Amino acid sequence: MSLLKPIYTDKPGMILLTVLTATAVIVPVFNLAFPEGHALHISTFTMTLIGKYLCYALLAIAVDLVWGYLGILSLGHGAFFALGGYAMGMYLMRQIGDRGVYGNPILPDFMVFLNWHELPWFWHGFNWFWFAMLMVILVPAALAFVFGWFAFSSRVTGVYLSIITQAMTYALWLAFFRNEMGFGGNNGLTDFKDILGFSLQNDTTKAGLFLASAIALGLGYVICRYITQSKLGKVSTAIRDQESRVRFIGYKVQNFKLFIFTFSAILAGIAGALYVPQVGIINPTEFSPLNSIEIVIWVAVGGRATLYGAVTGALVVNYAKSYLTAAFPDAWLFGLGALFILVTLFLPRGITGLLRKKEGQ
Amino acid sequence: MMNTKIKIFMLVLTLLSLCGIISPAFSAEAADDQFQKGLTLLQDKSFEKKEQGIELISTSGSPKSYAVLSNVLEGNLYFTKSGENFVVAELDGGDARIKDILTDEDLGTVKKRDIKKITINNQLRGTLKAAIAQLDLTSPDKNIRLAAVMALLDNISPESVKPLEKYLKTEKNSDVKEYLHIALALAGLQDSSANKRLEALGTLKGALHPAVKNAVQQLLDKEQDEAVKHKAETILSSIEVTTAWYGKLETIFFGLSMGSVLVLAAIGLAITFGVIGVINMAHGELIMLGAYTTYVIQQLMPNNIGLSVILAIPAAFCVSGLVGIVIEKSVIRFLYGRPLETLLATFGISLVLQQAVRSIFSPLNKSVATPEWMSGSIMINPVLSLTTNRVTIFIFAILVFAGLFLLMKKSSLGLHVRAVSQNRAMAKAMGVRAARVDALTFGLGSGIAGIAGVALSQLTNVGPNLGQAYIVDSFMVVVFGGVGNLWGTMLGGLTLGVANKILEPWSGAVLAKILILVFIILFIQKRPQGLFPQKGRAAE
Repeated sequence: MSLLKPIYTDKPGMILLTVLTATAVIVPVFNLAFPEGHALHISTFTMTLIGKYLCYALLAIAVDLVWGYLGILSLGHGAFFALGGYAMGMYLMRQIGDRGVYGNPILPDFMVFLNWHELPWFWHGFNWFWFAMLMVILVPAALAFVFGWFAFSSRVTGVYLSIITQAMTYALWLAFFRNEMGFGGNNGLTDFKDILGFSLQNDTTKAGLFLASAIALGLGYVICRYITQSKLGKVSTAIRDQESRVRFIGYKVQNFKLFIFTFSAILAGIAGALYVPQVGIINPTEFSPLNSIEIVIWVAVGGRATLYGAVTGALVVNYAKSYLTAAFPDAWLFGLGALFILVTLFLPRGITGLLRKKEGQ
Repeated sequence: MMNTKIKIFMLVLTLLSLCGIISPAFSAEAADDQFQKGLTLLQDKSFEKKEQGIELISTSGSPKSYAVLSNVLEGNLYFTKSGENFVVAELDGGDARIKDILTDEDLGTVKKRDIKKITINNQLRGTLKAAIAQLDLTSPDKNIRLAAVMALLDNISPESVKPLEKYLKTEKNSDVKEYLHIALALAGLQDSSANKRLEALGTLKGALHPAVKNAVQQLLDKEQDEAVKHKAETILSSIEVTTAWYGKLETIFFGLSMGSVLVLAAIGLAITFGVIGVINMAHGELIMLGAYTTYVIQQLMPNNIGLSVILAIPAAFCVSGLVGIVIEKSVIRFLYGRPLETLLATFGISLVLQQAVRSIFSPLNKSVATPEWMSGSIMINPVLSLTTNRVTIFIFAILVFAGLFLLMKKSSLGLHVRAVSQNRAMAKAMGVRAARVDALTFGLGSGIAGIAGVALSQLTNVGPNLGQAYIVDSFMVVVFGGVGNLWGTMLGGLTLGVANKILEPWSGAVLAKILILVFIILFIQKRPQGLFPQKGRAAE
């Protein structure tokens, strides 16, 4: 019973998990069971869109874990997300086989186009799904670990840390634009055909991916909830509020930071890996520093250090983005900019904070 | 045949050079005759005859020679079907407006088929260029003479020695003289006597013009004489060493130029960061506003580009500075002590400013004209020339830095700014109005960003994304140099610029930038406070 305590004592979290479970069941079923034109039919487009939001929500949880509970404003999570996405993209690229435009059974189209004759060493192994999934976890984790190792052991904090995470993102962004890197340059990886033998054009496959995203989000939420309620979580909150005091008491602050930062990067990578097959493309714009800051604002809008707030923020902001960019293309950046300013000025606890206040707890 | 031609050529050149330019005392009739004969030959279909014609005209000494030859070279010279008039024609559909080249008389409009173009081939083009260069050598303008000698360097032949020697005797300008010597030496390299070649090589020592290097290389390829060969080798290697040295100098100049842009972009950020301890993410957009201010002022006074750029400096300072003060008063003021939130809020402001500019001016890039005194380049020697706009911006950056430095160290505002940034509470206790100082400092930093925008508008296109391109770089400079330290920003910016340009040749521009970023990330690990950390208790 005590094992489940962190979950059932978390009322908003329970609501979130219930809604998520319902969505995970209803959306794919309504998409597959009812024919197009039926009143209850949910179009594949909508399903993929919601699937995309779920990936964003997982990404937001990852950012909330380091920002809300550890006080690290990471502007590098967009990069971890994109790295996970690229690992998945490489697997999907290898699955195309000889169905590409140039019909080369080994080399992806862009390599044939660049006149390459051999697969670069880092592309080997990506024809196996398990290897690619391992990389989805290992690559962001390794980067976060090495980066965090340096940054935390030399006690870089606050704005400086944000800036160097942004520098890292910026450097990767520039790097992935280069053709010589072997990741498709400007165009990135696209034209995917199938995953694990299922065609990506099929509604069933898309429903499967949607379900996978929902499960990943649910699991991610539960794990993060456990972490934050555990002793580890308490220490990390303490680090957020009074880092030096925690250090003086005798905790190895850097190890705590390193663990949570790396774990959070893994979550971001998984979110990226689920995102890519649903949108069908991964390119260097995912690395853009703007994206990383946008993730932070999702969390801020939803309310940080709550986890469910991060999910809410990601869903609300992205829905608003989809709506506004379609309805008033010019207004979106105004809206996003205003959101940044207003939330930081007037809503330090975000939307969910406002709701909590109304409940008068 | 050849002999007589050269004889006439030399005769005329001798006379020409003796008389300075074209003297009326010169036997006018003979010259006219020769000129006419040359013109007639130009009408011939055979290119060989045309070549003779060109040489006759160029040596005739007629005041019209230059006009005729340059028009032939540009393909503008026609002759009427009757064969009487040589005309410059402006084609307009099937018609042509023609003007007599000899009398400058307007002959009205004729049908295109009534006139015939004097066609040339590549070989004639070479002959024409050489002939025009020869004519230019007699120009009273020393720059034209210099350009003419330089043009001659590329295809010098033993035949040109004698006329060049004559010019050398009358030439007064030392630059032109120097190049005439080089030209003669180049011709000397083709001499059949080994001693002459050796002597010529001696003259060429220290000359850097690319033609010299080519000529010595060519000599080396076919030279038999050991002594000459040895000497040529030493000269060639010394040329290469010097060229490489100047190449390095050029790289450093490019680096300093890039660094000065970085310093301009970052120095305003250094001030605001130093005082309020927060990174203003909208800094790049304040730079962009400065650039757009330049654009707008230039649109208002399109006939006075030079003045508009000067006027844009105070205007951009005011525009960006005011926007900065508004940002401080309306947003940042409420977020003091919460640096990460300020970062997010200012990022929001940057998005709003970008979109505002996009809505007002369209998302397309605007180009800002460069005033005349900033275009062109300063030639130090044949292998090193510095573009004037980059030199100007470098000097400008130094001036801005010096002005800001004085302001911070000598004025009462600077005193207050430093006091507040070192110990806010104590400064307040001493009667410094901290809130006012914050706003003014922020305005000052933003105004400097606007000035940086004016400079940037002279280097790149002005567009809504201009600021984004510089914001990350500016942070890097500030963080690298050490927060709140103007010298650090200066040194940091210049170092990063030079390092970038040194890396570029072997890694490519993008990789160089990535390497610099990685370097800074590692650097911050080692020295989190930058090159010049703030000292004392205030640093914590």
